[in-house]
Amino acid sequence: MKRNDDFETRREHLKDLSDAELETRFWSLIEELINPLLKLGYENTTPAIERSVLLRMGFSSLEAKALVEGCLEHNLMEHGAGNVVYRLSRKDGTDVRTAGLKLIEKQAWDEAETLFGGEKA
Amino acid sequence: MSDYILDKDTKIDVAEILKDLEHYHPRRRGWTWREPVPGLQMGPFTYEDASKPLKDSVGLPPAHYFGDIDPQPIPVITTEIASGRFEDDIRRMRMAAHHGADHIMVIRTAGQSHFDGLIEGTPQGIGGVPVTRKQVRAQRKALDMIEDEVGRPINYHSYVSGVAGPDIAVMFAEEGVNGAHQDPQYNVIYRNINMVRSFVDACESKKVMAWADMAQIDGAHNANATARDAWKVMPELMVQHGINALISAKVGMKKKNICLSTVPPTATPGPCIHIDLPYAVALRDLFHEYRMRAQMNTKYIEASTREATVTHVLNMVISKLTSADIQSTITPDEGRNVPWHIYNIEACDTAKQALIGMDGLMEMVELKKDGYLREKARELKERAVLFLENMIELGGYFNSVEEGFFVDSGMFPERNGDGISRKIDGGIGVGTVIKRAKDYCAPVTAHYGYNNVAQYDPSAADDPAKLIGGCTFECPEKIQYIDELDETDNVYLRMDEVKDYAGPDAKLIKPEMEWLADGTMMLTMFFPTDVRHAEAAALEIGKRMNLTDCEVINREIMHRAEGTRIEMKGKVGFSIRMDELQLPSVPDVLSDDELWDAIDKKPMRIVAGTIGDDEHSVGLREILNIKHGGIEKYGIECIYLGTSVPPEKLVQAAIETNADAMLASCIISHDDIHYKNIAKVDRIAREMGVRDKLMFVAGGTQVTDEGAREAGADVGFGRGSHGNHVATFLVKERARREQQNAR
Repeated sequence: MKRNDDFETRREHLKDLSDAELETRFWSLIEELINPLLKLGYENTTPAIERSVLLRMGFSSLEAKALVEGCLEHNLMEHGAGNVVYRLSRKDGTDVRTAGLKLIEKQAWDEAETLFGGEKA
Repeated sequence: MSDYILDKDTKIDVAEILKDLEHYHPRRRGWTWREPVPGLQMGPFTYEDASKPLKDSVGLPPAHYFGDIDPQPIPVITTEIASGRFEDDIRRMRMAAHHGADHIMVIRTAGQSHFDGLIEGTPQGIGGVPVTRKQVRAQRKALDMIEDEVGRPINYHSYVSGVAGPDIAVMFAEEGVNGAHQDPQYNVIYRNINMVRSFVDACESKKVMAWADMAQIDGAHNANATARDAWKVMPELMVQHGINALISAKVGMKKKNICLSTVPPTATPGPCIHIDLPYAVALRDLFHEYRMRAQMNTKYIEASTREATVTHVLNMVISKLTSADIQSTITPDEGRNVPWHIYNIEACDTAKQALIGMDGLMEMVELKKDGYLREKARELKERAVLFLENMIELGGYFNSVEEGFFVDSGMFPERNGDGISRKIDGGIGVGTVIKRAKDYCAPVTAHYGYNNVAQYDPSAADDPAKLIGGCTFECPEKIQYIDELDETDNVYLRMDEVKDYAGPDAKLIKPEMEWLADGTMMLTMFFPTDVRHAEAAALEIGKRMNLTDCEVINREIMHRAEGTRIEMKGKVGFSIRMDELQLPSVPDVLSDDELWDAIDKKPMRIVAGTIGDDEHSVGLREILNIKHGGIEKYGIECIYLGTSVPPEKLVQAAIETNADAMLASCIISHDDIHYKNIAKVDRIAREMGVRDKLMFVAGGTQVTDEGAREAGADVGFGRGSHGNHVATFLVKERARREQQNAR
């Protein structure tokens, strides 16, 4: 986009605002812009977010990466990778770390899919 | 756990820091601001804007005139340390902390923002350090010790950006990192990471940072550094700051931890304060609830460290006239190379010196409430509001970025069509954002957004980690520590290569700018010729000095034809053995205060002259004269007899004036006449029966202490002696004699 500086005409509606009013307007416009962005954050997840959840659950970065890749491959990401591990641990009656390592080492993904209503391959 | 502790006079042992790292956990988290001490008294001065002093530090060069004080300004002072080898950076961090830095920022290695996950181990970096858990833990551990040494908490900082932002945020929270850059707009504009991915990730990262009470610095300053005309992006900068600040606050970060990274956009020879100050005022008007991280201008930095330093001092004038909660520093050699040790320290000193030098300024000066300053500030704010209105007209943030709205070289509303444009369905990580299902759950603390914990346990809704008995934030022992992944690229191999130079017991030494034993040195030269010839001459000189890797790093014209200043770096190929170094003995010197005190309690009178046929007077005058820091300064009464004083006259004068001491200067040394004259003074004093009650000091360029004592003086002072050396002898010798007589 190319445009000459039309500040003087463009500012007509702002020029009589007090400094405080101008400040309020600035922040309400910012809010209008960012609310949809926050909503996206609220409703979505990403591989990085899921890895960060798994790190907090006590997995190493290498394990977290393998778990997230497994979840992506088996279409389980929408439930949350941490949730996949957690549900498996509940079913097995183990701690989450044991469940996660089982997914990685024994490739127990079919089992995980079943837990979320998926069909066995 | 290791019981290693730092000793203030011994080099830090990085090998000790690396021991037991797998068991090391940080002792605190969160950001620390300095403690202001209004009306602080230090030495002869009272400070208005100083903070709690340090336990141990290195003061500014003139500090010894004022009782070795080292007053610390109120803003946190940042230094960026990232040479590519974190182990060498640890030593630099210690030096910087002792020069007043309490915010240590680690720049990441090139390309880390595109690495999808955490990097582990300790590979060497390029233009920065691969930020890994082991590297962070080692540096945090070292800083824990260093902060005990200086007596002030040190904030440790790096970047939560790129495609692994949330991973890094969690690792930082676990490892006690105190501050981080976090701004999704940086990912979008400068790293071409997919927009949607960047903002979704940012929500999680910010939530984690908020839990860890970390300070956040945004990325807006990069627009200054990127835009063609840095001062024309001022309205956009306020928009960028606003977007990141409000997202962060809404995610849960405390406003006092949200810092705007702001740079005075212009530099000399532009009229920079005239342009930069209204902007600084406008920004602080709009963002009065947030904190200011005042960064220095890098856009226009060149190779002259002097020029960069002046620009940075001007930047700090702006900080002082408005406000700065964090005063960042840019090393003045940033325009030449990856910063060297000495320039990190220079930059810290520059900040400390400038801010302390302007202590109390705003008590005397205030910014005008009307006229150009306020009108210009108002205009910039209006332009920012118009920018926002235009973004909303275009359909919001993503559409505006697609339109190339950011980093356009026109001052908004002017548009030059040269902004950076990114596609909503483009960039790295596109298509990786996944909608959360109804049963989506993340059983951890500090998770942002929809989280169906109640499906398992309604009572855990506010504490999702309860499902798993606490996550790593509550139970750090659950953290999985990875030591090394690469057998060919790690800290142990690098340290082994330079082990003879390392640690407190180093056997060898080489000059160093960046890495241990890099051998790098810098030569400053003037050549009476033009730039091209000067540069070639410098390189030739480097070659003949047997330096390798010579490179001219700065050239400044003194006059097109008359001369050029050259700074050149090169490497030395040899080492020096520490045990073969000849160290001169340390002169025994009392402090000025001790000397004043001794003479004040008991006055002293001396007679002095250049003896024999000797007309030299300069040396003795320097020893006596108050103007040259001579012994008069301590209140010693000096009776100066002049030059060519016969030895008997010196002794007689001492008797007549009831002096405590005779000072004889003898410069001419032909045929040992100096020692012969010293012997004469001694003999005459003995013959007259006064030698015991008179101290006898001899001095001169060819006089040695040993030779003077042999000839009959009580002491001899040679080349390089000063008034305080002589005064120390007189005070101590008098005390020794008094003690002897009392027995």
